[in-house]
Amino acid sequence: MFTSKMAAECQRVDRSSHSMDKSITLPADEIFRNLENAKRFAIDIGGSLTKLAYYSTVQHKVAKVRSFDHTAKETEGEPLYEISMQEEVTARLHFIKFENAYIETCLDFIKDHLVNTETKVIKATGGGAHKFKDLIEKKLKLRVDKEDEMTCLIKGCNFVLRNIPHEAFVYVKHADSEFRFQNTHPDIFPYLLINIGSGVSIVKVESEDKFERVGGSSIGGGTFWGLGALLTKTKRFDELLQLASKGQHTSVDMLVKDIYGGSYGSLGLTGDLIASSFGKSATADNEFSKEDMAKSLLHMISNDIGQLACLYARLHNLTRVYFGGFFIRGHPVTMHTITYSINFFTKGEVQALFLRHEGYLGTIGAFLKGAEEDTPPMLPHSLGTTALSHPRFDPNQYSWGENYAGSSGLMSVSPDLNPMQRTRSGTFPFDMLEMDRLERQLVNLPLLQDPSSYIPDTVDLSEDALAREYWLYCFEEALDGVVKRAVASQPDLPEAAERAEKFRHKYRHKLQTLRQQPFAYGSLTVRSLLDTREHCLNEFNFPDPYSKIKQRENDIALKYFQKAIKSLEELSWEQRQFALVRGLLAGNVFDWGAKAVSDVLESDPEFGFEQAKRQLEERPWLVDAYDQWLERLKGPPHKCALFFVDNSGIDIILGVFPFIRELLCRGTEVVLASNSSPALNDVTNSELQILTQRIAAMDLVIQSAVKEDRLTLVQSGSSSPCLDLSRLDKELAGVVRERHTDLVVIEGMGRAIHTNYYAMLSCESLKMAVIKNSWLADRLGGKLFSVVFKYEVPPSHKTTTQDHVPGTPS
Amino acid sequence: SFIYCTFPWFGMDIGGTLVKLVYFEPKDITAEEEQEEVENLKSIRRYLTSNVAYGKTGVRDVHLELRNLSMCGRTGNLHFIRFPTQAMHRFIQMGSDKNFSSLHTTLCATGGGAYKFENDFRTMADLELLKLDELDCLIHGLLYVDSVSFNGQPECYFFENPSDTQNSVKTPCSLADPFPMLLVNIGSGVSILAVYSKDHYKRVTGTSLGGGTFLGLCCLLTGCETFEEALDMASRGDSSNVDKLVKDIYGGDYERFGLQGSAVASSFGHMMSKEKRDSISKEDLARAMLVTITNNIGSIARMCAVNEKIERVVFVGNFLRINTVSTKLLAYAMDFWSKGQLKALFLEHEGYFGAVGALLELLKSPEEA
Repeated sequence: MFTSKMAAECQRVDRSSHSMDKSITLPADEIFRNLENAKRFAIDIGGSLTKLAYYSTVQHKVAKVRSFDHTAKETEGEPLYEISMQEEVTARLHFIKFENAYIETCLDFIKDHLVNTETKVIKATGGGAHKFKDLIEKKLKLRVDKEDEMTCLIKGCNFVLRNIPHEAFVYVKHADSEFRFQNTHPDIFPYLLINIGSGVSIVKVESEDKFERVGGSSIGGGTFWGLGALLTKTKRFDELLQLASKGQHTSVDMLVKDIYGGSYGSLGLTGDLIASSFGKSATADNEFSKEDMAKSLLHMISNDIGQLACLYARLHNLTRVYFGGFFIRGHPVTMHTITYSINFFTKGEVQALFLRHEGYLGTIGAFLKGAEEDTPPMLPHSLGTTALSHPRFDPNQYSWGENYAGSSGLMSVSPDLNPMQRTRSGTFPFDMLEMDRLERQLVNLPLLQDPSSYIPDTVDLSEDALAREYWLYCFEEALDGVVKRAVASQPDLPEAAERAEKFRHKYRHKLQTLRQQPFAYGSLTVRSLLDTREHCLNEFNFPDPYSKIKQRENDIALKYFQKAIKSLEELSWEQRQFALVRGLLAGNVFDWGAKAVSDVLESDPEFGFEQAKRQLEERPWLVDAYDQWLERLKGPPHKCALFFVDNSGIDIILGVFPFIRELLCRGTEVVLASNSSPALNDVTNSELQILTQRIAAMDLVIQSAVKEDRLTLVQSGSSSPCLDLSRLDKELAGVVRERHTDLVVIEGMGRAIHTNYYAMLSCESLKMAVIKNSWLADRLGGKLFSVVFKYEVPPSHKTTTQDHVPGTPS
Repeated sequence: SFIYCTFPWFGMDIGGTLVKLVYFEPKDITAEEEQEEVENLKSIRRYLTSNVAYGKTGVRDVHLELRNLSMCGRTGNLHFIRFPTQAMHRFIQMGSDKNFSSLHTTLCATGGGAYKFENDFRTMADLELLKLDELDCLIHGLLYVDSVSFNGQPECYFFENPSDTQNSVKTPCSLADPFPMLLVNIGSGVSILAVYSKDHYKRVTGTSLGGGTFLGLCCLLTGCETFEEALDMASRGDSSNVDKLVKDIYGGDYERFGLQGSAVASSFGHMMSKEKRDSISKEDLARAMLVTITNNIGSIARMCAVNEKIERVVFVGNFLRINTVSTKLLAYAMDFWSKGQLKALFLEHEGYFGAVGALLELLKSPEEA
């Protein structure tokens, strides 16, 4: 198991605010977090940047629910379950990037803060590894163990491609959003990696362990730097790029039009094409500006690399081509020229892909290498005695997720910024990536029609400036309420207020960063804003601010359950079907995530189920496929329905349960998928288990369904109010397959509108939500409390059904 | 049986850096003809054939002259002349001064300059150019020169023992059955063609890193002014002081990837260091520039050959003139990286095929044209 319960009294090792007698002080709260629990290190020292990796354990407060003993007669007013705060230990990977100039300062800091590491070795890679070997060994008392650079690079690349959604992007210079993040293809192989260091290596990667350097070129970053320094007398790489970004290459290069007077029409070569790089400097006697020469050099090298990349991509029949190395390192100007070149040479058939965490690949790989070596090979004799083996850490056995709270995001440090200026201002420039080990291995929902083109999010806020503006404002506005609720959720902890303020500061800072750099964590979406908030809340030990509210709501709703079922049973079949849908939608109005609702709920706790029904829009709804659904219900029952549930309380108990009860009565098996960990007031898997037990105790249909395994509860693997169908618990995927699931129901704004609104499934699907945000309602052409009821049957599905009818006259 | 073609016979290829001119000097002029020959035609012939240099920058490559050549029913010598494209206006002015337009000949021109300078020819010298496609001319000219042979010797050669650039030997050979071939034309820039027959070819790709880049960057880095100067410096330099080799990074071979320690890992990579920049010689810089450009062309040509499934790679263009460093290096690169699969071939008249092709167009019968 990934978590081990820790005694509640287990204390965090106090981090002394150690002040350093150095000219540069490290912001100890931000950099090298959890160093006291660091277990294993790896380091990648490049020409100018050092990247350090370590693995640590993080203690988190988690909210646990536990059912009271209800064998005794239920007493009035006693809550259904108890909530307790417990400590859990989770695994986290930390990656830090800083300039080589700070390496000694950083090593000292690590030495002073390292408490209980068991490791004796530090894995090292990169060209500078041997240069700093002695220093590292002396300072850290760890043996430096060198690893092959390319092996580390590829390992790291595979790791980020597999574990970080939106890792890869296409760079488009003049677009509204310069970064177009790519959906991670479920199968990341094969691909071509063009690593542009001082030279260029072209590596074909076919599987986790199979890769080959298929080619390379000596004209790379070192050529740009070396030749550039000779030509312009500019010493630094970044300064050279800055010069280049201000230059005009046309004064130095001989263009097609310089030779032809225009274009070379018969070959389709336009006049602006470079015929001969630096061709004009051979014949013209005039002086050339540094900027122009730097620009010409940049074009020359980028084009050359792009051309070679294309030739290799064609030879090996590959279309996924990733670029990395210090020549790229997030520099817009080099990404642009490479992109341009690839586009030119492949006529748009191949896109240049860049990686958000490209700079970390080497250190991630070195780290993984160390972890693998530590994992003992399976001994044939140990068959059946797995309990004997020490719990080891193999990162490839788990899914990992980027922790938005602890990661700096793309371009947190502008590559164009002069490091000298940064030093003078007294700050220590660094960039961080933190990845949390997820409890479960995440996979695609097997029912996605085309996993490679599935995009969870409905609106990409990085491309939609108006929507971005609105949602950033919206989340900023809601912050006060979130802080208030977080404090209220921990009445027994006096320092909660202080922690909540830290949370506020952190999340506000994230929002501000995202305003400036919407691309920081991949495509900006409502989902990513929500997830970032959850990560920040967890960071400050507010694992479940809604726990008490959920508890109260669940209690109230349970009391009405039997009454609700009874009134439904009095209705005719057709009336009942409509009442069930209406009840489900009304239940969904109870959502503390939406401000419009939480305002009403907060001021008027009596706001009831009936009132919610009255708030609902009358038919025809904004999106209304109810008639088709009703027709479908008149047909044969579904084999198995997978239901992604949303909120606690009225939603789950009075909305979802009656609905699935009807499905069960029709002979349909039901799988309820709920969040693995808390998010807003969404019902979690552990809460749902208790609720299901309680309902089963009152209702024979549910009881027998549970007993006969026709009603199953599974974890979604998610802890988000939204839903990414490409990252779901592996077990869920197994259940879906085993049971031949033929209906997927997705409920609520977060899961059915912010995400998955356009998701195409290979079976029937129902997407239901009430729009509880007036801006969004407006966007979709409706109004507040408009209803979306989307019933979809995949086109292929229809034809296959017809195909099964033999002899049908056409 | 031949359509009479008025003298003078010229073919011209106006490139980005150099103008290549071929001139057919008839040696079978009868006394009658001699008498009828107008004075300015005579003076052009005398001027071109009695000099080896024209003005400050024009040069006749005497060693390339094709003697006793039979063309279009006439016998004579084909002369090969070049001058910088920068001198084009002076050349046109000369044509005007010599009243060239009165000779009623067609001036066949190819290369980008045929388009760029067309209007200048018209307005300055009252001359109409017959503009011809440069790749057509290149291929036709190449096949023609190869077919007539270089004064009895083969036009084509390769390097015996290419893997040892110190001791590889230039060896003449025949280009019989030349198709398919990958034709790599290295002028200011580089064009790469896959040629399947005389009239069936395609331009595979090109690169802007060509002869112009070598000379341009050499001029900027060393202050030299001519190709000859740059090559001379390069011949005396050592590129390993400038380039970072695999062994500079890995201490030896990079065995994981089968890279030899002596392979260049990063062209100009040593120049990232200020100390090394301050102490580097012009000769070393020139050599590194030459090696960098040559290897890059070799690398792209090789990839194209593999992608197009062509084993014969023919290198032409004026970048290879008096440039054995590059020819040997290209021969080595083709051989080494393809494990002997690819063969590099070179031609004696390097950069003149376009001009020859243009001349051939002039001599075509009207029906043919």
